Amino acid sequence: MAEYLIKNGFVFDPVLGIKGDKADIAIKDGKIVETTALSSPKVIDAAGKTVMAGGVDVHAHVAGPKVNVGRNFRPEDKLFGYKPRNGIERMQGGFSVPTTIRTGYNYARMGYTTVMEAAMPPLFARHTHEEMRDTPILDQGAYPVFGNNWFVLEYLKNHEIENTAAYVAWLLKATKGYAVKVVNPGGTEAWGWGLNCENVHDPVPYFDITPAQIVTGLIEANEYLGLPHSMHVHANNLGNPGNYTTTLDTFQLSEGIKPNSKFGRDQVMHHTHVQFHSYGGDNWGNMESKAKEIMDYVNSHDNITIDMGQVTLDETTTMTADGPFEHHLTELNHLKWANADVELETAAGVVPYVYSPGIKVCGIQWCIGLELALLAKDPMRVFITTDHPNAGPFIRYPRVMKWLMSQEAREQQLDAFKHKDKVIDATNVAGIDRELSLYEIAQMTRTGPAKSLGLSHMYGGLAPGLEADVAVYDFNPNEPYAPDDIEKAFLNAEHLFKTGVQVIRDHEIASNGNKRTLWVNAKVNENPQVMRDVKEKFLRYYTVTLNNYEVTGHYLPNPYVIEVDATQ
Amino acid sequence: MTKTVTDVICPFCGTLCDDLEVVVSDDGKELYEVYNACAIGAEKFLHSQAKDRITRPRMRQEDGSWKEISYDEAIEYTARMLTDAKKPLMYGWSSTNCEAQAVGSEIGEAVGAVMDNTATVCHGTSLIAVQDIGIPSCTLGEIKNRADRILFWGCNPAHAHPRHMSRYSIFPRGFFTGKGHTGRKVIVVDPRPTDTASLADIHLQVEQGRDYELLDALRVAFKGEKLPDVVAGIPKAKIYEAAETLKSGRFAIIFFGMGVTQSLGKNHNIDEAIAVTRDLNEYTKAAIMPMRGHYNVTGSGQVWGWLFGFPYAVDLSRGFARYNPGETTSNDLLRRDEVDAVFVLGSDPGAHFPFSSVKKIYNRPSVAIDPHETPTTEVCKVHVPVAFVGVEIGGCAYRMDNVPIETRKVVEPPEGMMTDEEFLKRVLGRVKEIQGV
Repeated sequence: MAEYLIKNGFVFDPVLGIKGDKADIAIKDGKIVETTALSSPKVIDAAGKTVMAGGVDVHAHVAGPKVNVGRNFRPEDKLFGYKPRNGIERMQGGFSVPTTIRTGYNYARMGYTTVMEAAMPPLFARHTHEEMRDTPILDQGAYPVFGNNWFVLEYLKNHEIENTAAYVAWLLKATKGYAVKVVNPGGTEAWGWGLNCENVHDPVPYFDITPAQIVTGLIEANEYLGLPHSMHVHANNLGNPGNYTTTLDTFQLSEGIKPNSKFGRDQVMHHTHVQFHSYGGDNWGNMESKAKEIMDYVNSHDNITIDMGQVTLDETTTMTADGPFEHHLTELNHLKWANADVELETAAGVVPYVYSPGIKVCGIQWCIGLELALLAKDPMRVFITTDHPNAGPFIRYPRVMKWLMSQEAREQQLDAFKHKDKVIDATNVAGIDRELSLYEIAQMTRTGPAKSLGLSHMYGGLAPGLEADVAVYDFNPNEPYAPDDIEKAFLNAEHLFKTGVQVIRDHEIASNGNKRTLWVNAKVNENPQVMRDVKEKFLRYYTVTLNNYEVTGHYLPNPYVIEVDATQ
Repeated sequence: MTKTVTDVICPFCGTLCDDLEVVVSDDGKELYEVYNACAIGAEKFLHSQAKDRITRPRMRQEDGSWKEISYDEAIEYTARMLTDAKKPLMYGWSSTNCEAQAVGSEIGEAVGAVMDNTATVCHGTSLIAVQDIGIPSCTLGEIKNRADRILFWGCNPAHAHPRHMSRYSIFPRGFFTGKGHTGRKVIVVDPRPTDTASLADIHLQVEQGRDYELLDALRVAFKGEKLPDVVAGIPKAKIYEAAETLKSGRFAIIFFGMGVTQSLGKNHNIDEAIAVTRDLNEYTKAAIMPMRGHYNVTGSGQVWGWLFGFPYAVDLSRGFARYNPGETTSNDLLRRDEVDAVFVLGSDPGAHFPFSSVKKIYNRPSVAIDPHETPTTEVCKVHVPVAFVGVEIGGCAYRMDNVPIETRKVVEPPEGMMTDEEFLKRVLGRVKEIQGV
């Protein structure tokens, strides 16, 4: 493989602790190496430019059944934005739900190289893998959903952690999944009857278990196995005024549990898109930010990581395994509604949504997301996301960076709100003058998410030995710049290396890369009870046979298996 | 000696049964028996063993006779035809696997084709309706485990999806439906007294072409508002009864088919049927599902969804994807003389398109890729026989509820036969050579 030397760039790397100093980054055989290890490298002149590791997205909906529902039922999402095929680039369409080809290219253009699909319905795992296979460049993994799975509900009703863990290990293998995802625990099962679980103690119909028991049990099972990532939760009561108490209740379920993982993470719970979970008030009229209360908790508990779910003020497509929420949303905005309940496992809903700067609530949501990041004491535990495409499409990440890095940019946006004064009254952001540094941005978009995923041995930094995922941006942090320059530069990487292959050269896609799919193979002791339960459920309740359930190898042409041994 | 292959997926209809057992010879070269399948499904497996099966490509001669050609010649003809054409139509894609669909899509992109699947004369109207209003749906297992109100509208699964009722909808005993069919109420809406209707608790014998009115009347009845004495040929008391039956269930499901997607009103009927389902969700839990026909028509819509963003009628001729049913749909293109070559794979437009469209296929350079001899192969210039997907080669297929299942290879294809995917990959390679990329 070609050797590269990226010379004289301003490097921002939390792993090496480099905060914008000039440094050279050397690439050989797909890894970062010491500069002395190179013999005759191609030299990339990065003088006056910003150099970072490839971005790592801990939570985005980019592949799978509900994403494709969003594509197919929104032809309007493709209007005006289609890009014809050109050289090695295939045609690319879609804005809030881009085609898989555009997904790969657009992440690469932002300097991202690793993207996790945040919710995979196990029965639809093949579909998710087919889409990831057709997403170029990126390393990807997918989180199967567990929080409404009948096996899990039945085991955890009696707090059977070992059985739950054995089932989790079996399902991760069957679906080639990466982590334990929980969406509206219990509430989505209740949605099978058109109902919901609105707080952590609201019992699940028939199953006689509470969301709190599900969350705690899955954290324990996750730590029993010692998986790379922690339990990854989207709590109950998303999107409702006053829901911050449910969020705090959910956070508290992690108290006293310590991580048991050799993968270097410190958290036992990752709570996703916390913006949607930080609302005060009791109706849409008096809804207000509770980001302070939320961040007080997060800042003082280091066994939690979160991501933002930043509203970007776009027309977008919401999609979640939180079936009852999407029904709630369609009742609210009267736009088209797709729903797909999945036998024994989960559900999903999809509804288009317009986050308008003319609507007060949208303005408040925008503020709350930013407050979460601006009030973060430890940027290694608070990550930039838009819960793509729920709060906005991922191509707005550079815009989110701009808002976080520039008070001026935030004020411009506040001024543009129709109900500016009411928005300011209900939020804290106007009083926050913090401007994040590029180093902190690197923590929130690279090193932090990589560590949270248990992948800091591969991604998130520029230390020798790590994967050679390196982005070079045409941005000089030492010269005066306007806020918009940040967005422009980070939307359009000048060079990008993915596992040592140059995939972007001079802002152009130069290679479709060597995409890999990550999954976790957790070994557990033989568990005859769980295997008997699996057989029985497939025989009696599933509509596919057990032998037709497991995703076989050819869906993952380039797999990267992370082995975990929990047989001790 | 023989061996039995279990958990075999049936590559016939959208029900995609996956519990078949197939008896084959020890060397895997002959297929003897098929268990658990319906009559149509079993026939599909057995037909692969036909002694008179065509196993090599053939080209139509001036005098109308066929001449056997090699696969290489067929690949050359196909690649040339597609690259020479300004706007070729690549139609079908419903009876093949997703792997072949993905390669076909890449060819379509390279040559600027119009990609269309059988939804164009089937559930395309449903797809349009979904783009208008969405679709609250579920997997078939949800119906098996929860549904106690089953409505079949304009479909006749007793004949078209023979195992649907026993596997998923009327008869199975599921987790919350331990009483099986005795715990369910069945409503059938059909102008004809079909075999499915004979199983119904309520048969609404709607006046032909009046589905929209009847759907609308149901929405009125849900709200307890006044109805005229008779709507769509149905007395109002019966409509109120049906509405009450649906509302009083714990979980209602509406299945619908060609009778309502391709009759007067088309996509507007489905709009209204989905609105009925949305309304029902105010009172109870309800879902709606199209009874997709070919075993993988759903899959082709999925593959094009993630590659192009549209489920059918995808026009790639301008270098990017456009979608405008009525303009970019196969019959409209053929009848307006807008396509100058026709490629058919995994479907039989010769049997199902209007004669005026079939004539256009006959008059153009055309290739049909199909294991069988069909009315389509009869009008095409070249016929490329291939291995049966789901019998002689595996690959992914999507059930009518979008659940992807990997079909199995149970028997070897005749010596030297190509699969859809192999053939398409070779065509793609040749297209790239011709285009010099």
